[in-house]
Amino acid sequence: MQFLADNFDLLWDAFLTTLSLSLLAGLLALVLGTLLAAARVSPIPPLRGLASFYVETFRNTPLTVVFFFLIFGLPQIDFILGFYTGAVLSLGLYTAAFVCEAVRSGINSVSTGQAEASRAIGLTFGQSLREVVLPQAFRTVVPPLGNVFIAMVKNSSIAAGFATSELSSLLPRLVNADAGQLTAVLLGVVIAYMIITLPLAFGVHRLERRVAILR
Amino acid sequence: MTTPVLFDIPGPRARARIRIGTGIGILLILGILAVVLVRLAGNGQLEAQRWAVLFDARTGVPQTLGRALVNTLQVAAVGMVVATLLGLLLAVGRLSDHRPVRWLVGTYIEFFRAIPLLVVIFALYFVLPKYDIELSAFQALAGGLILYNSAVLAEIFRAGILSIDKGQREAAFGIGMRKYQVMSLVLLPQATRRMLPVLIAQLVVLLKDSSLGFIIGYFELLRGARSLVEFFSLSFGNQYTFQLYVAAGLIYIVINVLLSQLANLVERRTRRRPTTAGTQAMELPADVQMGQGGGAAASPR
Repeated sequence: MQFLADNFDLLWDAFLTTLSLSLLAGLLALVLGTLLAAARVSPIPPLRGLASFYVETFRNTPLTVVFFFLIFGLPQIDFILGFYTGAVLSLGLYTAAFVCEAVRSGINSVSTGQAEASRAIGLTFGQSLREVVLPQAFRTVVPPLGNVFIAMVKNSSIAAGFATSELSSLLPRLVNADAGQLTAVLLGVVIAYMIITLPLAFGVHRLERRVAILR
Repeated sequence: MTTPVLFDIPGPRARARIRIGTGIGILLILGILAVVLVRLAGNGQLEAQRWAVLFDARTGVPQTLGRALVNTLQVAAVGMVVATLLGLLLAVGRLSDHRPVRWLVGTYIEFFRAIPLLVVIFALYFVLPKYDIELSAFQALAGGLILYNSAVLAEIFRAGILSIDKGQREAAFGIGMRKYQVMSLVLLPQATRRMLPVLIAQLVVLLKDSSLGFIIGYFELLRGARSLVEFFSLSFGNQYTFQLYVAAGLIYIVINVLLSQLANLVERRTRRRPTTAGTQAMELPADVQMGQGGGAAASPR
């Protein structure tokens, strides 16, 4: 434990990196994912096709490969991202596909009468989506969406393989420590992840109960 | 969605607008593609001989990538088979009548779903050797995949078992079957049949996760490409780097797309088959599909 206290700064920095990585990527994923979901139900066929192409591609690509393309591939078209920016983008773009799926299932769960009524009072597609359907859809997908973000926090560990010093990267970095010390680090890392994910899970649960629609 | 409820069928004017918008969109995408291609060509990445190396057996590239692919499939296959069996056991344990068993299995499941798979793999690969248990990269990767996926699959199997009409269970008990008989002869066969599409979908997730082997140096596709890059850079510099990475990435994507198609096919068949028809379609939750972090930490239920 003394070792952990001595290396507290290291752990704290790594924790903050994981946290900021998750926050930025989460924001990107939420915005992009919602736009994609809107595109997937839109009246414009090419937009629908494009969005489902995006989702299918990212769903079938390992996140490691996404990191690979963004960090080692993009420089080939003279587009150089830093490791941290690359990590945020990879994580955000990847998660957006799953946010889209979650939001879309929410849109499908809103009863058809709502959409029909909003059309009947003359709302356009954009208006009925913004004012009527999406607010209800988001309420129903709070739990799955929350799970997607929890998974994203844990997925941010892949950045360890790409020179971002976040939580998981501490293990290979401190590998020369002795058995007890390394075990302490492992414990610290596990607890640090739980400090992010458990309150998130709890918050999602609270939010779910607050906004749930009783049908 | 068969009939759109969110919008009216576009009329002639809207259709014209959509056509114009589509045209602009296509031009925009073509423009981006053109920029990408021009820049790639500017860096000499499109020269035919650079791509030919991927198919030229004399360079050893196809062999190495082939070996890496076999390694990828191997770890995924081992992981899938063991994780499925372990997941079944855990699911049964979680539904056990004995509280200590339920509690123990529940803790196992929640623990491995709560931490990133990569941390489990790191623990096996970096921490265990300190206690004189040396694991190869394959063993650490397969071990991590098994521990994590068995926990996720256990929850999926549990949902499958619970989804079976309770009349089945009652009837089985009614004709005098024992607990293990009810589970193994009545509940599990129906549950697994129902779970088949989900299992195949989970295989896609597992295959995706096998790419984590790259980080600990297991010779899977990405690591294979990386080692080729390092080998070539000795004599040719960075000439083939891009091509090799693209090849490795594409192989992953193609296999996963094929497997996803298979999962869809099996799902459609399952829904048609009389023994399973009318059951609710089971789908992997979005977060489980995300792989290594999915499966939700300690979801309060």
